[in-house]
Amino acid sequence: MKRIVQIGFILTLLFAVNSFYANAQCKGFAKKICRAELGSYTHDGNYHAAILVEGEEAELYKTFYSDQDYRVAICGSDNLPTIEFKVIDANKNILYSNAEDEYSRTWDFKLESSQQLKLVIKVTTFEELSDDPASGCVAIMFGFKAD
Amino acid sequence: MKNRLLQKTVYFLIAVFAFSLLYSCKSGGKEDKQDTVEITTVDEEVLREVNEAKKIFYSLPSPLESAMLIKSAGAEFNEELLNPTQNTSRYTTNKQMALNLGIYTCNLSFASLYDQTQLVIDYMSAAREMADGLGILDAINDETINKLEENVNNREVILDIISETFLNSNSYLEDNEQPAIASIVLVGGWIEGLYIGTQLVDMDQFDSNKLVGRIIDQKLSIGIMLHLLNDNNQHPSIPGIIEQMEELKAVFDKINIKTTDIKPEIDEQTNVTILKSTVETDMTTEVFMELAEKVREIRSSYVK
Repeated sequence: MKRIVQIGFILTLLFAVNSFYANAQCKGFAKKICRAELGSYTHDGNYHAAILVEGEEAELYKTFYSDQDYRVAICGSDNLPTIEFKVIDANKNILYSNAEDEYSRTWDFKLESSQQLKLVIKVTTFEELSDDPASGCVAIMFGFKAD
Repeated sequence: MKNRLLQKTVYFLIAVFAFSLLYSCKSGGKEDKQDTVEITTVDEEVLREVNEAKKIFYSLPSPLESAMLIKSAGAEFNEELLNPTQNTSRYTTNKQMALNLGIYTCNLSFASLYDQTQLVIDYMSAAREMADGLGILDAINDETINKLEENVNNREVILDIISETFLNSNSYLEDNEQPAIASIVLVGGWIEGLYIGTQLVDMDQFDSNKLVGRIIDQKLSIGIMLHLLNDNNQHPSIPGIIEQMEELKAVFDKINIKTTDIKPEIDEQTNVTILKSTVETDMTTEVFMELAEKVREIRSSYVK
């Protein structure tokens, strides 16, 4: 019984350490790598990042305001396959797909009227199937041009 | 018998551990699948579940974005509208500190956009007190304050510092399993932006006021806010905030927003896509007054 408790404790500790390490890595990736993709745009300060697995999808809902210059940057860590993203309006029309833009990590846009838009982010899959699917950090960052 | 039990337990714990690894760093949102997964071993079924799960982020305007929207609408700066920095000692609970971290960050952003240099330093210190109180380690430290003081006349650098400190705070909260607190910070910043905006509207120029348009636009964000709060409603501070936001939504619901279909057009010179559409809205002065009063009431309950 004592041994079971010991093993349980060690596994819990390993989980906590690993989780903390993965979180810290994801935060570092978002701050150092993805934020830089915003270039001259001011990052809004919000943090959207998660560990995603090959084939996994994520969605993000956000209101964008008229007459503001925006850049969205969506970045995946090096070990992940290509990250695909689409921007979709309330009527489910696709306004942008980076698949038609050489899988660009960024998209610059401006709206004539404010809109709530949805971003659909998908980690594509490697051509070769693996028993151990790749997983890594995906960060989504928004920048705007301040007056 | 004892050994077999031990072996089974170890396999089970390894399976739980491995499954948990796949889900690590999943803060800041919610999985849209709530089904319980029976775990016996790490097999294809588990991996399929992982692939089918979808992470959803609800993104609210940050305090910096809220302040920028007010400035870009041509509003004047008014220090009297800000929450005085002397009030920091009033905030002792996590809820109060989280709300006021958002509020002070909005005040800080507002002051920086209008080049109010001393206020920028004062409000950064107030935000630091709130972050420290919440146990957010090193989001704002002496180095941040020194860097602010050294660049007090460089707005671009100041905005970058504000953005980074806010990123530090909310990423810390998300990564430390406190997404509810992170969402409360955003509510505080958003309400403060709405409060400052509604207070700055010149009623003599109501119909042509760009700031009024910005306030109407916030109707588009209140649904996102409610989703974010509902995802975190197990936290004891959240249900009360949801109740207030529902009351605010009821006022926003009196405003109609009609937009035409969006037509994307790329500006070949700048490579910027212009999302072309037109909008019609119908907020009356009566609804605006009701909205301003509701926002004032909510904000008062946060800063008291």
